[in-house]
Amino acid sequence: MDEIFGIPAPLLFGQLLLGLINGAFYAMLSLGLAVIFGLLNIINFTHGAQFMMGAFASWMLLNYLGIGYWWALILSPLLVGATGVLLERTMICRLYKLDHLYGMLLTFGLSLIIEGVFRNEYGSSGMPYRIPAELSGAWDLGFMFMPVYRGWVVVFALLSCIATWLVIEKTRLGAYLRAATENAPLVQAFGVNVPRMITLTYGAGVALAALAGVLAAPIYSVNPQMGSNLIIVVFAVVVIGGMGSILGSVITGFGLGIIEGLTKVFYPEASATVIFIIMVIVLLARPAGLFGRA
Amino acid sequence: MAGHSMTSSAATSREEQGSSGFTKAQFVALCVLIAVLVVGPFFLYPVFLMKLLCFALFACAFNLLIGYVGLTSFGHAAYFGMGGYIAAHCAKVYGLTPELSIIAGAAVAGFQGWIFGWVAIRRQGIYFAMITLALAQMIYFLCVQLPFTGGEDGIQAVPRGKLFGVIDLGPDMSMYWFVAAVFLGCFLLIHRIVHSPFGQVLKAIRENEPRTTSLGYRTDDYKLVAFILSATIAGIAGGTKSLVFGIATLTDVHWSMSGEVLLMTLVGGLGTVFGPMVGAAVIVTMQNYLAEMGAWVTVIQGVIFIACVLAFRRGIVGEIGNLLRVRL
Repeated sequence: MDEIFGIPAPLLFGQLLLGLINGAFYAMLSLGLAVIFGLLNIINFTHGAQFMMGAFASWMLLNYLGIGYWWALILSPLLVGATGVLLERTMICRLYKLDHLYGMLLTFGLSLIIEGVFRNEYGSSGMPYRIPAELSGAWDLGFMFMPVYRGWVVVFALLSCIATWLVIEKTRLGAYLRAATENAPLVQAFGVNVPRMITLTYGAGVALAALAGVLAAPIYSVNPQMGSNLIIVVFAVVVIGGMGSILGSVITGFGLGIIEGLTKVFYPEASATVIFIIMVIVLLARPAGLFGRA
Repeated sequence: MAGHSMTSSAATSREEQGSSGFTKAQFVALCVLIAVLVVGPFFLYPVFLMKLLCFALFACAFNLLIGYVGLTSFGHAAYFGMGGYIAAHCAKVYGLTPELSIIAGAAVAGFQGWIFGWVAIRRQGIYFAMITLALAQMIYFLCVQLPFTGGEDGIQAVPRGKLFGVIDLGPDMSMYWFVAAVFLGCFLLIHRIVHSPFGQVLKAIRENEPRTTSLGYRTDDYKLVAFILSATIAGIAGGTKSLVFGIATLTDVHWSMSGEVLLMTLVGGLGTVFGPMVGAAVIVTMQNYLAEMGAWVTVIQGVIFIACVLAFRRGIVGEIGNLLRVRL
């Protein structure tokens, strides 16, 4: 089986793998957006910048402090999550009583500031981040070569999505969270500290974006614009999936990544726009999104 | 989107409106505006003023949607940029006169607004913003790939041409009077739209959409027409800008342009008549003076965004109007 549909198999599987990796980032980012939107009712425009901060945090840990990938996998999300908590406490918390619009404008302004500061400091050209020794190399799967790191990203992203789903659906904390999403004042009346929960939820959503950033650092070059280009696609993913369901965003994210990869093989001209076209089709057929509630 | 929180300035006492639809205070402001338009080019560099007027018109078109219908479009760069590309292409390749080129740009932008509006209006609030942003990004990628836009180079050396085939717009001063006339005409048109019975329904939708529906209005149709009008006028602004500078580039379709027009409108005052142009003047002037600071301009814009959202939600003109207890 050297050719499938007239396409050389290595090319097809190579693009499928790239699609899966993009899908992994779409899934992790849209998951974070959905969790934040559920409780805070805010579309976190800073999400892309925070993804970029995650990648930069691991680059800084390595180059300034000599702390390697494995520690960065834990430390970067914690650090970036902490900045998220700070932002929520100082600014975002002032907007809950206002129109949704203002939350989006504030986080948009924040993303401009963060990206601008990083661009001043590090320029626009990317910086490389080496794949850790344990994950370098490639497996020969018979039909293609599979770089170990890329397989690791897909598996790890999938695991962190499942872990997030388990926390929200199966734990007591998650039950509080879901209850507060439905009716925050009532949950507060039962003695749960809802404002603190909101703060931590925002921090966790941001940490998830930063974790995706750490995973992305060795694949893409670490540069200040890496998040803003991604976030608009992730918005389309969120519109397609609808933000009502956790598993829905994960499936949509991976699925769209694969479709994008396949488009690169069969009709490369449309690969940049295919997700937006799918968004239009979904909006016409099912305005609430594939997994959304009307 | 229920926009009651952003329209506190509109809730001030109802004033006597003349037959023009302007209140007394607005009429005074209009006279000041016309005076500035006439005297301006003798004190300031006309090309700078033309740039300012193009962005002011863009912001006014945007405000028609966000300020009066409460629809937050995050993709207006698509109409502005496409208007610019089409006008530049018509003027350069087909050799059309400037007014026809701009009309062609506006028509394409309006058509695009019709399609995108038809898709985006299916969802409300935050989703509407995300959908318009995603659709505009699609246009951006199309402009990168389509042959007629010239990719990274854009369309360069666009001739300004002769107005109606007679008046040469090459000299900056004649171009300035043309741009000023386009701006003033579109500004009065927007004002006319907002104060027509149609505009009253738009404002009703902004305040309470379900109630407007219950009164028997097809709110989606009203929103769509407002969307098309806004996109068309944004296209006029973009087309005029490309003729002024003789160039149409990817910058004008990029999402950061959508953010910039939002910032201009927010700084000036959402839903005010004169706010968007004041906001545009502030932002364009700032960019002009801070141009050598590079990426810090983005940072400063971000800071202004945050300051406006946290502290000055009424914007400059909204705050002034609030102080003087008039609607501007």
